[in-house]
Amino acid sequence: MKMRFLLLLLMVTPALSLAAEGGIHLDKANIDPENQQSLQRGAKLFVNYCLSCHPAAMMRYERMGKDLGIDEKLVAENLMFTGGRVGDLMTVATNPEDAKAWFGTAPPDLSVIARSRGVDWLYTYLRSFYLDPSRITGVNNLVFPDVGMPDVLWELQGWQKPVITTEKDADGTERKIIKLELVQPGKLSPKEFDRAVRDLVNFLAYMGEPAKQEREQLGVKVILFLLVFLVVAYLLKREYWKDVH
Amino acid sequence: MAEKWKTGLLGWIDARFPLSSMWNEHLAEYYAPKNFNFWYYFGSLALLVLVMQIITGIWLTMNYKPDAQLAFSSVEYIMRDVNWGWLIRYMHSTGASFFFITVYLHMFRGLLYGSYKKPRELIWIFGMIIYVCLMAEAFMGYLLPWGQMSYWGAQVIISLFGAIPGIGDALALWIRGDYVVSDVTLNRFFAFHVIAIPIILLALVVMHILALHEVGSNNPDGVEIKKVKGPDGHPLDGIPFHPYYTVKDIVGVAVFLILFCIVVFFIPEMGGYFLEHDNFFPADPLKTPPHIKPLWYFTPFYAILRAVPDKLMGVVAMAAAIVLLFFLPWLDRSPVKSIRYRGLSYKVALTVFVISFLALGFLGGEPPSPLYTSFSRLFSVLYFGFFAVLLILPIFEKTKPVPDRVTSK
Repeated sequence: MKMRFLLLLLMVTPALSLAAEGGIHLDKANIDPENQQSLQRGAKLFVNYCLSCHPAAMMRYERMGKDLGIDEKLVAENLMFTGGRVGDLMTVATNPEDAKAWFGTAPPDLSVIARSRGVDWLYTYLRSFYLDPSRITGVNNLVFPDVGMPDVLWELQGWQKPVITTEKDADGTERKIIKLELVQPGKLSPKEFDRAVRDLVNFLAYMGEPAKQEREQLGVKVILFLLVFLVVAYLLKREYWKDVH
Repeated sequence: MAEKWKTGLLGWIDARFPLSSMWNEHLAEYYAPKNFNFWYYFGSLALLVLVMQIITGIWLTMNYKPDAQLAFSSVEYIMRDVNWGWLIRYMHSTGASFFFITVYLHMFRGLLYGSYKKPRELIWIFGMIIYVCLMAEAFMGYLLPWGQMSYWGAQVIISLFGAIPGIGDALALWIRGDYVVSDVTLNRFFAFHVIAIPIILLALVVMHILALHEVGSNNPDGVEIKKVKGPDGHPLDGIPFHPYYTVKDIVGVAVFLILFCIVVFFIPEMGGYFLEHDNFFPADPLKTPPHIKPLWYFTPFYAILRAVPDKLMGVVAMAAAIVLLFFLPWLDRSPVKSIRYRGLSYKVALTVFVISFLALGFLGGEPPSPLYTSFSRLFSVLYFGFFAVLLILPIFEKTKPVPDRVTSK
């Protein structure tokens, strides 16, 4: 009886659902949070391409430098374009009101964007801009249709154009499939560009939770301690319960 | 022994405060049945989580700002700039979910062994009030991070009060303190979450335990151990809670903490079940998320709400799903307490009830679809069916004879 209930409990809890939202297929970001060089490259891309419009106002330059193994001086010289002190938060000079007038919406803060959107979404999104003359920015996005953000990475990626094909499903309904094709190469080859975006997403994931590495390292020690504690507690219990019949 | 206690510091205190007698009454000479099994760990574990929530909560309060402009970033400030802030925050957020896990298992134990039956009806009632308070506590606490799901979850749940005829809209307005969930709502929810409800919870926990110690604990056999006493006046099948169950519960605590720490340190989001992805977007009153859902511990009731086409009737059904539990001691009329000696009919009914509850929990977290709505209706009917079946069960339930003494394992 007891076992049956336990099995039931185990069977019907979590893991049942986690279907991807929306219809678009997301590419795997495959980031490596322990690769410090990747994180450093990502940080460079972030301050160069994102931080001019998007704030990351919950993150400090100093913390980033410390966690990523970048010297404070280097941070101040190479990663801070607006002056200020390394202890400052990564804010932007742009007035949110102006930004709203320019883009239709204020660029969201990116501090925890990797935790809300997920790394695969970001990785696919940043690589899915395509030319669309009907848009005011000249580009549209497969993952985020009619997004207000321009394709800031175009000089690295180049321009993409959509190729639309129709395909019939197993049950006969027609489906539009949009694939993107490079029409004008950028500074980086597609492979290099994918790596660059992976680095950037890796950095965004780090920034979403800077304490993650510390958390996991501490976790191992805490659980090892608890396992020892469990053995001691069990032996103590067994000793006391010897006289219960 | 007793003579020695009359001297020294303890004697001084005992002459002024019933320290030793309280210790004896509730621990050293509180006789608990010796046959407690796995299901009997969850009471002490729930107490552990309560203490943990209060302590981590106090430390979170030191840096949290209950202000619509600052709340979201103050949580991230705790996660980044406060020493050990991330640990305290994750312990608190994980603790909320673990609180419900332990409480649900604790309540299920009551259903297994008929622990709510005479003379333990009040223990059950106090426990149910604790459960309702816990839901209020969790709901209000969930608004505090001021993420999208915090905001819209609160918006939806408070709007349910609007379904009450006549006073509904005024009531919802009174709860929010504004026409939409706003800074005002955040401030009052903060007040309730950190002061009002915790005080009530603590008082109720004391009453829950006092009521338990007044009548004595039930056990997996559903036998009253007080009926068979030895020459010393103590139940033959009882053992002092301290040290026997204190050392045993410590083993439970160790196992519990290992599971708890695996979540805290390695999967604090629990795949979006304990910390939802959407809640990492700051609250935006102008942007409704496509799929608003409560956290997992409310989803069974949310599924019942959505299963009923009419809003008011849905709210009534949802409330009834909780209120009916209060009446279990009187709905379940079988004289046999433990499932060990109850008939197959009760075992089947309870199994169906548990499956319905879990299925509703799953369905309540999914976006609505015609298929899922049909399933929600089916399982809602089965959920309520349990209470109906309890009423007629005595007619055909074939119970087994209950032994006089507890059986060993």
